[in-house]
Amino acid sequence: MVESTSDGVLRAPLTLEYPFTRTTGPVVGGFLTGLREGMVLGAKRADGTVLCPPLEYDPISSDPLTELVEVGQSGTVTTWTWNGEPRAQQPFDQPFAWAMITLDGADTPMLHGVFVDGPEAMSTGMRVSLQWKEEREGHIADIAGFVPEEAS
Amino acid sequence: MGYNQDPNVQPAALSGEVTMPAALAEVEPVQSVRTPAAIEYIATPGASLSAYLRAMKDKKILGDKCPVTGQVFVPPRGVSPVSGQRTTEMVEVADAGYVESFNITRLPIKSRPDLNPPYVSAWVVPDGANVGSISLVAGIEPEDVRIGLRVRAVWKPDDELEESAANILHWEPTGEPDVVLDDLRVIGKPGDAQ
Repeated sequence: MVESTSDGVLRAPLTLEYPFTRTTGPVVGGFLTGLREGMVLGAKRADGTVLCPPLEYDPISSDPLTELVEVGQSGTVTTWTWNGEPRAQQPFDQPFAWAMITLDGADTPMLHGVFVDGPEAMSTGMRVSLQWKEEREGHIADIAGFVPEEAS
Repeated sequence: MGYNQDPNVQPAALSGEVTMPAALAEVEPVQSVRTPAAIEYIATPGASLSAYLRAMKDKKILGDKCPVTGQVFVPPRGVSPVSGQRTTEMVEVADAGYVESFNITRLPIKSRPDLNPPYVSAWVVPDGANVGSISLVAGIEPEDVRIGLRVRAVWKPDDELEESAANILHWEPTGEPDVVLDDLRVIGKPGDAQ
């Protein structure tokens, strides 16, 4: 909709969008399949540790990783930062925390949002629980975000 | 195992099928993911294009006239693309013209649910202009659209007009004889002053 403002200058919103679709491969695709079905999967390494989110190759040995295993849906915040001005495509429309969260059964952290009222409610080492979206399609946004464990 | 220090060694191929927890063995695997990238602007059109958009509200099409060659460019940009000179004169062109080139689109575009394939996008050159711009051609079977087809603009109803090129819904055939190829070679080529 064109807007003619009091200063006489025409203005209109213009969205430039590239509607990319990417193929996932079997490992990332397996992780997203798990999300759609309400499970979080990680990739098991040769030494038994679990990368979550999973990678196709071991970051140290370069060995292919082919075993996906389920990890927990609660975990520990290893570090975090406060996002006071969320943008449109971020997981929450109110201020929230970005946090690195190591899920139970995983050995590496994943980045996601923690929904709390303010930064005073956040601390490194706090326990959080995953919140699913009701409708899931196989996308990282199938995880709505995390909340403090006692509140879940 | 061990850190691979030779950058020329290809990474190992996946040696086997990825194994999933048993609960997921039978479900349809995810194989692709949407990753749209959007940039949102507030566009301001500038003086020349603003005059063009305001004239659109009166169902008039304005172009910029090149001060060196006399060629008319629609939509106007304030500068002649052939001489590089700033333009100072705007002229009205007709809301009828001809199809210089066209394309039939047979697949839907998610962001344009109003366009039902097959539809025709055409490079329409209005009478009095030396270049065309991309437009829809309708009121004719897509297979019958051809280079040289004479068309006229179909405007939105008067009470829906605004400062927008979208006031022209599409172009439809006039029924006049086609413009012939020899004429096309004379009309609208950069460097040919009218």
